Amino acid sequence: MDSATVEISEEQLDAVFGALADRTRRAILARLAEGEASVNELRAPFAVSQPAISQHLKVLERAGLISRTRKGTARLSHLEAEPLREAAAWLGGYRKYWEESYQRLDELLGAIRKNERSGASDQERSTS
Amino acid sequence: MTELKVTAEPGSHEVSTEREIDAPRDLVFRAYKEPELLAQWLGPRRYAMEIDTYEFRDGGRWRYVHSDDQGNSFAFHGVFHGDPSPDGMVQTFEFEGYPGHVSLDTAVLEDRGDKTLIRTVTVFQSIEDRDGMVQSGMADGMREAYERLEELTAKLIANS
Repeated sequence: MDSATVEISEEQLDAVFGALADRTRRAILARLAEGEASVNELRAPFAVSQPAISQHLKVLERAGLISRTRKGTARLSHLEAEPLREAAAWLGGYRKYWEESYQRLDELLGAIRKNERSGASDQERSTS
Repeated sequence: MTELKVTAEPGSHEVSTEREIDAPRDLVFRAYKEPELLAQWLGPRRYAMEIDTYEFRDGGRWRYVHSDDQGNSFAFHGVFHGDPSPDGMVQTFEFEGYPGHVSLDTAVLEDRGDKTLIRTVTVFQSIEDRDGMVQSGMADGMREAYERLEELTAKLIANS
């Protein structure tokens, strides 16, 4: 519904959510939110091998969540914010739709009750 | 302001919501029953709401269109099942942009004196439909992914 307006393909979303479904990959993204890092730096907090980290980075790269550049012998990873922003906007669609609808309902009914109350007292005055 | 509670259990076809409204039940029911009122609250403000058909009775059809100022429009239609009452408004729901994927929506208005609790349950044809169409992001793992996403995006926005 609301979220249909967000321009992000189903395939891209699948890739983004697939990538985010793993705890290690989320931790990698959180680390990259603080700045670029090499494979070794990314590996340090985890008890996993370098090939395993490289595999996670590949998944993140395919999802468009990171990009990688070479600096001498090191490969640096950078966070790409846009797909995350789009995925967050897409996810929030349902909740936002109903949050806003109910908020409007509250306002509408508040206005109706106020009108009815002042209408009722007008009537009392006119009939007395 | 009361908060909207959204529940989507992992592996289920359902999404349920709860929201308390600061008005008595009769009035809340009117806001569902009368299309002139419904058009004033259903959907985000940035959409214009046009109700084509609204037959609020057993077997009655409904159809409405949300449109934004960029010329995008999103149409929905369905049928009421059973006579709608504050104890239960049951309808089918289909987004015309995703035809053939129909959900069954039930809304119940619970009397809380001067307030009303609106409970809704939406049942989808499949888990994929639920996750794909509702895009609530609350299925197993996605809930956490969503929380992480919020943290990450907040961080990113603060840093940019």
